[in-house]
Amino acid sequence: MAMAALRREGRRIAAPLINPHPINPLRSSLASSDREHTLLGVRSISTQVVRNRMKSVRNIQKITKAMKMVAASKLRAIQTKAENSRGLWQPFTALLGDTPSVDVKKNVIVTISSDKGLCGGINSTSVKISRGLHKLNAGPEKECKYVILGEKAKAQLVRDSKKDIELAFTELQKNPLNYTQVAVLADDILKNVEYDALRIVFNKFQSVVAFVPTTSTVLSPEVVEREAEAGGKLGELDSYEIEGGETKSEVLQNLTEFQFSCVMFNAMLENACSEQGARMSAMDSSSRNAGDMLDRLTLTYNRTRQASITTELIEIISGASALEG
Amino acid sequence: MLRHGPRFLLSRASAASMGWRRQFATDLPAETAGDSKFVEAWKKVIPNIDPPKTPSAYMAPRPPTPSTIPSKLTVNLVLPYSSILSGKEVDMVIVPATTGHMGVLPGHVATIAELKPGILSVHEGNDVSKYFLSGGFAFVHANSVADIIAIEATPVDQIDPNLVQKGLAEFQQKLNSASTDVEKAEAQIGVDVHSALNAALTG
Repeated sequence: MAMAALRREGRRIAAPLINPHPINPLRSSLASSDREHTLLGVRSISTQVVRNRMKSVRNIQKITKAMKMVAASKLRAIQTKAENSRGLWQPFTALLGDTPSVDVKKNVIVTISSDKGLCGGINSTSVKISRGLHKLNAGPEKECKYVILGEKAKAQLVRDSKKDIELAFTELQKNPLNYTQVAVLADDILKNVEYDALRIVFNKFQSVVAFVPTTSTVLSPEVVEREAEAGGKLGELDSYEIEGGETKSEVLQNLTEFQFSCVMFNAMLENACSEQGARMSAMDSSSRNAGDMLDRLTLTYNRTRQASITTELIEIISGASALEG
Repeated sequence: MLRHGPRFLLSRASAASMGWRRQFATDLPAETAGDSKFVEAWKKVIPNIDPPKTPSAYMAPRPPTPSTIPSKLTVNLVLPYSSILSGKEVDMVIVPATTGHMGVLPGHVATIAELKPGILSVHEGNDVSKYFLSGGFAFVHANSVADIIAIEATPVDQIDPNLVQKGLAEFQQKLNSASTDVEKAEAQIGVDVHSALNAALTG
C-alpha cells in the first residue's frame, strides 16, 4: 500500500521533470517511441541518440566551414582576372551600342552556369532569366534556341526545353579560364549555330554578397548592317571608315566574332566569381545553422542527462525508503 | 621590438579586410533609351521577375562629339587580361592596321581598323612608348576617343631577340613541311607574327 503510494508519488514527480515536448530536431529521428516513454515516465530518452546527432552536425559544420575557406581563396584568385577583363567589352558597346530589344528571327540564348552545386540561387536565377528571354522572343516565324555552358543549367533546362537545346558544354572549369580556351569555345558555337542575335545570360559580380543577372547581346554581321541602315543606335556605324579587309562585310564579320569571344570571356569570369561568392555565403549560412542546431542539441542533451540522473536518484531513494518503511 | 609585433599583425589584418572592401565595383546604374524598351517589353511578358541588366548599365557614357577638334586624343588599350591604358590623353598613336601603319591624331575621321601583328606607338609630348600587338581591332570615334583591343601587348623592350629568331626558323620549317591547309595556315600565321616581331626589334 505504502509502496504503491510511493511509486505513484515517484511517477508524479518524475513525469514533469522529463520534458514532454521534445524539440524539433529530435522529433524526426526519435519519433514516437521516446515520446511514449517520456509520457509514461518509465525510462528517459537515451543520451546516445542525441550525442550521435551532435557528432554528425558538428562534422557538417566543419565541412561547410572548410568549403567556405576554399571558395574564398578561389574567389580571390579569380576576382582580379575578372576585374581586369572588364575593359574588354566596353569598346564594342561604345561602337555598336547595346540593343537588347532588337527584333530578329533567330535568337540564340547562351546560358552560363556552374558545374558544381551548393552555390546558392545563381544558377536558378540564370535559368529563370533565360526562360524569360525565350518567352520574350517567342512568336510566329521566330525561333529561340539554347546553348548551355555548365551542368546545372543543363539539368534544369533539359526538363522542359529539351528540343530547344542546340549545344551543351560542361567541365569548363577544369583548367583556369584563359582567353584561348574561350576563343576556341566561341569559335565552336559560331560555327555550329545559326544565329541572328546571341544573348548571353550570366551573373555579374558586383560584390561578395551581390550578383546581378545580366544579359549581353551580340548581333550577327547581317543584322548589324540592317540596323545601321535602319538608324537608331547603330545609325552612326555607316560614318565609320573601314580599314583593312577587302569588303565591309568581311571586317564586320571579324568584328562580331571578336566581340562574341571578348564578351564571353568577361561573362565566364564574372559568372565564376559570382559562383564562388555565392558558395561562400551559402556555406557560411550553413555553418551558422549547424552552430545553432548544435547549441539546441547541447541543451537537450544536458536536460536529458540531468533528467536521467534525477530519475535514477528517485528510484534509488524510493526503493531505499520502501525497504526501510 | 615587441611593440612592433601587434602593429604588424594589425596592418596585416587591416590589409586583409581592405581587400574585401575593395570589391564594391563602381557600377553606374544609368538606363538608356534602348534599355527602357527592353525593360517594358520584359515587364509585360514576365511581370514577376526583375529584368536582367544590360552592359550599358555598367559603362560610363562616352563624351559627345565636340564641335571643335580637341587637342588631345583619349586612348584605351585593352587586353583580355588587363587594361594597359584607359583614358590616357596623348597626342598621337600609330596603329599597325592590315593596310599598313596608320597614324591617328585628335579629330581623326571615325574608323574601324583591323590590326595585324605589329608595333603600336603612343606619342605623348616627347615620350614614345612602343607595344608589340598580336592583332585585334582599333576603333576611332568621332569624339577623339581611340579604343584599341588586342589579345596580347608587350612593351618592345621585353621581347627576347634570340627566341624570336628561333621561333621564326621553327615556323618557316613547319611551313615548308606542312601538308594540310590547316597546318599551312597555322605555320603561315606563326611566320607572320615572328617576322613582325623581328621587324619590330630591328626597326
